[in-house]
Amino acid sequence: MKNRRLLLEHVDVPGIEGIDVYVKQGGYATLEKALKNMSPDEVVEEVKKSGLRGRGGAGFPTGMKWSFLAKPEGVPRYLVCNADESEPGTFKDRYLMEKIPHLLVEGMILSSFALGANQSFIYIRGEFMYVLNILEKAIAEAYSKGYLGKNIMGSGYDLDLVVTPGGGAYICGEETALLESLEGKRGNPRIKPPFPAVKGLWGCPTVVNNVESIAAVVPIVRDGGDAYAAIGIGKSTGTKLISACGNLARPGVYEIELGLSVEEFIYGDDYCRGIANGKALKACVPGGSSVPILPHFLVTKTAAGEDRLMTYESLADGGFASGSMLGSGGFIVFDEDQCIVRNTWNFARFYAHESCGQCSPCREGTGWMEKVLSRIEHGQGHMHDIDLLADINKKIEGNTICPLGDAAAWPVAAAIHHFRDEFEWHIKQPAEAQTRNYGLIQQPVVA
Amino acid sequence: MHNDMSHSSQPVFDPNEVVNFSDSMIKEINEVVKKFPEGKQKSALIRALHIAQAEYGWVSVPVMNKIAEILAIQPIEVYEVATFYTMFHLQPVGKHVLEVCRTGPCMLVGSDQLIEHIKNKLNINVGETTSDGMFTLKTAECLGGCGYAPLLQCRNKFHEHLSIEKVDALIEQYRNGEIQ
Repeated sequence: MKNRRLLLEHVDVPGIEGIDVYVKQGGYATLEKALKNMSPDEVVEEVKKSGLRGRGGAGFPTGMKWSFLAKPEGVPRYLVCNADESEPGTFKDRYLMEKIPHLLVEGMILSSFALGANQSFIYIRGEFMYVLNILEKAIAEAYSKGYLGKNIMGSGYDLDLVVTPGGGAYICGEETALLESLEGKRGNPRIKPPFPAVKGLWGCPTVVNNVESIAAVVPIVRDGGDAYAAIGIGKSTGTKLISACGNLARPGVYEIELGLSVEEFIYGDDYCRGIANGKALKACVPGGSSVPILPHFLVTKTAAGEDRLMTYESLADGGFASGSMLGSGGFIVFDEDQCIVRNTWNFARFYAHESCGQCSPCREGTGWMEKVLSRIEHGQGHMHDIDLLADINKKIEGNTICPLGDAAAWPVAAAIHHFRDEFEWHIKQPAEAQTRNYGLIQQPVVA
Repeated sequence: MHNDMSHSSQPVFDPNEVVNFSDSMIKEINEVVKKFPEGKQKSALIRALHIAQAEYGWVSVPVMNKIAEILAIQPIEVYEVATFYTMFHLQPVGKHVLEVCRTGPCMLVGSDQLIEHIKNKLNINVGETTSDGMFTLKTAECLGGCGYAPLLQCRNKFHEHLSIEKVDALIEQYRNGEIQ
């Protein structure tokens, strides 16, 4: 499949981080077209037609999210860009902001215009302070050229754009926690409803969108929503940034057309070029640490034997029994030498560390899972620990204000589901498990 | 994102001490305040904490009190935020804080071995500071550089594609003042 790039088309052009080169490559022409020839509702309509789905991980249709925004008279509304990229395995937004910051700035102006926001915010994780500096420079350039501020390009539309940092908290990627943080508070997620579209930042109607979603608005408005929707398969339209990592020959950020086969993505010359050091594939977490892990025989083929594709639907094919999710596009690959128990423990430790502590099932449950997995990994496990993990899982799942609890529970459930033999081996052969890895699991024989 | 906070030596400080920020710091914080609507100056809090930490290396109670005064909020509002976000050092740290990412994708390519190596090289545990005050070692949860792993962050700098040899050289560069 030929690879079309909409977001990263000009990423290799020297100086593209500066406004002059960006404009030379056609930058801000889409903004001019929208401000001069389109109404805000027409911009929303193109985004709806494009079929764009939220690129942060949830995959909710962006146009529909925009249409929920309440518009009471005399109340400001806000657009907030979620640049709190923290999902393990995900580093695509950082790449986009660092390499081509004006694409995000242009997307923010277009999207703010569509939503009728006169002040918008980019909330970026605090660890990316150097990226914040890049964005602030780009924003200052956009002000100096009249793309931001009062009466943008003579349209009568005013917009101020502010970038503001977090302080190191995974939970602030959850949109209501992000809003709390943006208000200068602890990142404790809010109970929904009310949704941010009705009561968001400072109690005003607010849309929160991922960096990549907002950047995609630029090619959507430029080419039209129909042209964007023509790329991809079914309800997986357009292109997606995939950040590939782990034991790959060529990890990195790739823009793919949705519908590319997983086989080509992992092994193709244009993409990751196979597993590093000539090793065999053991497993893959295709959408960030929160999505179910797939054993090697379910990565490139579905349980039904069809080619697995990089789409929301194909990666989820088989549900939790034999599928996973596209998620954030954080594509983590494990070679034959990796230990699934150690990795599951590592991720459980991450969630225990990042639980905000607000809901008991998550605060306590993530800690218990971490402890139980740690003892299995370190040769102190019991066979009943596997059932105990399943029991803790059930007590977290669905019983918390935000999805962090589910995000912590599901990967553990999936790892045990697919790699139970490896967990049992750790428990039954603790001494041996400290000296070597379990290796690959065998594909079950289906009668 | 890190929580290992044990320290071998605790400098004495008086929580009732009054700290005075430099004019340039106050100006920088007020510039941030201006970015937000009237009355929403609390939104500048996290950035103000970053500004203070860049100046002092860590955020002490007197520093938090000063931030509260500048933002016209209660000191407790600053404490509750500073203690929630793991980037803020609530105890004194070394001149250079090495924060090594330890989450899954980094672990797959050797972060465990890297952390062990740094511990042995500097003769400190995670969360501790070298006796000469030069380095503090911390671990971090996912720093968002998974494709360039293993990596560590020191202030605003990311050091990526690390190996044992590279981290040895990096530590020497910090020690010799070749990197600030």
